[in-house]
Amino acid sequence: MNARTHMPEKYPSGAEVHSPAFIDGHSVAIPILKILKEDGSLYPSADLPELDQAKAEKVYRAFAFHRVLDERMIAAQRQGRISFYMTALGEEATTVGGAAALEPQDMIMAQYREQGCLIYRGFSLEDFMNQMFSNEKDLGKGRQMPIHYGSNELNYMTISSPLGTQIPQAAGYAYGQKLQGKDAVTLCMFGEGAASEGDFHAGLNMAAVHQAPVIFFCRNNGYAISTPSDEQYVGNGIASRGVGYGMKTIRIDGNDVLAVMKAMQLARSYALEHQAPVLIEAMSYRLGAHSTSDDPSGYRSKEEEAKWQAHDPIARFKTWLINQKWWDEARDKALYESLREEILAAVKVAEKIAKPPVEDLVTDVYDQVPKHLEKQLAELKEHINKYPEAYPFTAGRF
Amino acid sequence: MAQMNLLQAVNNALDIAMAEDDSTLCFGEDVGHFGGVFRATSGLQEKYGKARCFNTPLAEQGIVGFANGLAAQGSRPVAEIQFADYIFPAFDQIVNESAKFRYRSGNEFNVGRLTIRTPYGGGIAGGLYHSQSPEAYFAHTPGLKIVVPRNPYQAKGLLLASIRDDNPVIFFEPKRLYRASVGEVPEDDYQLPIGKAEVISQGSDITLLGWGAQMEVIEKAAELAANERISCELIDLRSILPWDVETVAQSVMKTGRLLISHEAPITGGFAGEVAATIQHECFLHLESPIARVCGVDTPYPLSLEKEHMADHLKIFEAIKRSVQY
Ligand SMILES: Cc1ncc(C[n+]2csc(CCOP(=O)(O)OP(=O)(O)O)c2C)c(N)n1
Repeated sequence: MNARTHMPEKYPSGAEVHSPAFIDGHSVAIPILKILKEDGSLYPSADLPELDQAKAEKVYRAFAFHRVLDERMIAAQRQGRISFYMTALGEEATTVGGAAALEPQDMIMAQYREQGCLIYRGFSLEDFMNQMFSNEKDLGKGRQMPIHYGSNELNYMTISSPLGTQIPQAAGYAYGQKLQGKDAVTLCMFGEGAASEGDFHAGLNMAAVHQAPVIFFCRNNGYAISTPSDEQYVGNGIASRGVGYGMKTIRIDGNDVLAVMKAMQLARSYALEHQAPVLIEAMSYRLGAHSTSDDPSGYRSKEEEAKWQAHDPIARFKTWLINQKWWDEARDKALYESLREEILAAVKVAEKIAKPPVEDLVTDVYDQVPKHLEKQLAELKEHINKYPEAYPFTAGRF
Repeated sequence: MAQMNLLQAVNNALDIAMAEDDSTLCFGEDVGHFGGVFRATSGLQEKYGKARCFNTPLAEQGIVGFANGLAAQGSRPVAEIQFADYIFPAFDQIVNESAKFRYRSGNEFNVGRLTIRTPYGGGIAGGLYHSQSPEAYFAHTPGLKIVVPRNPYQAKGLLLASIRDDNPVIFFEPKRLYRASVGEVPEDDYQLPIGKAEVISQGSDITLLGWGAQMEVIEKAAELAANERISCELIDLRSILPWDVETVAQSVMKTGRLLISHEAPITGGFAGEVAATIQHECFLHLESPIARVCGVDTPYPLSLEKEHMADHLKIFEAIKRSVQY
């Protein structure tokens, strides 16, 4: 055997002791960053993020858009106009604030509840609607359930339902950015539930060992469907794992958009400068149901929900904006009113757009449609011609 | 007899299994207090306690690995994977571990007491990741048993048999039928045999074979065929592994024709295995090539779901082609 072994030159750091001393799982205390108080005032001497009036307004408009979109789409689902929807009620600061601290060339790889990032980046109302109505104008060609958005132009990776899969991918994506010397990082978002998946552990370790400029961002909102976080993990949250994997880690108040932006701005410059990963754990609360298929009254109390209503990140930020004299109630009312109208109108347009043509069934499975799929498509068309009334979306269109 | 839907029948089987054997456990994502996202395990935690019916962290690999350990130790785990689409993170634990535990150890150890339950299948506007029928992946793995019930009565009897079977069993539940399929189900304990197909109705012109939710679609096609005076014999395979060659072969020797239908894409699907075997067993009795009506060879789409599916009309047309061959 080669004399040069791979034994590390020294053990990981720590004092030598001669009677056993176990380290308690909770002994690593992790501070939490808070900048904006519940009442909309600032903590004295808090470190503010870089934020001018124009950017603050952009963040607030994204908040308002998000609220109205969620409210309207829940209603649309109840009316049977779309099959499914997921809100991010109460968590908007994590995603809107997260995107606001990035540059457009930074990639975002999200889980599913992060439409706030897309809103901030300017995904159009039409694009949102076309995806949810899975019509022929949907960028994803009507193949996935509502809310599985994606946009190459906006550097927002298309959502995949299996949880946690984006986490090691984000490490790889960021490593690719590093090799190509790009002035960009990758933001990877996931829930505290998804942080239990094997992919989470694999992804963080890969990123740490190979020093990829990726920001892992855990939205810790207290629940994974019905499972409360104390049945998801023990130990000091998700942040302690970043420490375990040897990466820069911070915990923040996820309902405080200024804290989100501050931490993200620092994380971005650290990841870029050192070409290394960062973990952010944002503590928040999922105010709404998991999805429109879920009924949270089966697993949490009205009192608990009411308590968290008071932590609303949007109300908190609005008060601050008004205190800054950057915003006022009259503009607020007008903004919400116009958003409600626009979104309702967009629903009406999108639901009338045709479903994708039958050819879209076989495209994108491979780069080109292979022979066997061509044959299957031809047989299908022949069959549809025989029973046009049974396939109303596609019959008569080829 | 009681009227039960498929979920209630599953719940009832789990209740009986937990009552009879203290070492039987039910666990998975949201399975505890909430009773699972479909409510298949509701009431079990209240009845048997948090130690035996519980939520797990969100890790399918962890769930099945944990269940393998429990089963090796002598407990009787019934692990739930929330959707069959999410069984793939646990693929290694199932295919390399559950399936090979007994063989590799010369039966020094085994995980025969393991059962994995999981809702599968399409027709629910679930798109790519809430519609898959992954039975064929597991059918390629010696050491597993694979069971798919078609209605509440079958679900209860087959699930009880799966839990008591001394081999690891994957039990695929047709989620499209969870609430839609209601029928008479005995409240008492009973079992239906694993590895045995069921001839649902006799016929003379063609044998129609399927499993799970697809049986309903096949029955509809058979009705259309009956209007054209084509007499179909219907068989529910019930177990994909091991599968009942004898019952299918006997039927095909009588009718001379076979059509197999499943939801999963046609290429590499389990229908191919059935067709090859039956061709071998019944070659001289066949009056037409064995027909397969399955999903298109693409991921399961959302808006073109109807086009993708092996529906009753596609089956009906294939029946006619087969009979007129
Ligand atoms: C691999 C996998 N397993 C299970 C599911 C079903 N599922 C969808 S969302 C969800 C809970 C996710 O919780 P969390 O990661 O905390 O995010 P949150 O919904 O709270 O934002 C589950 C179990 C899935 N999509 N993928």
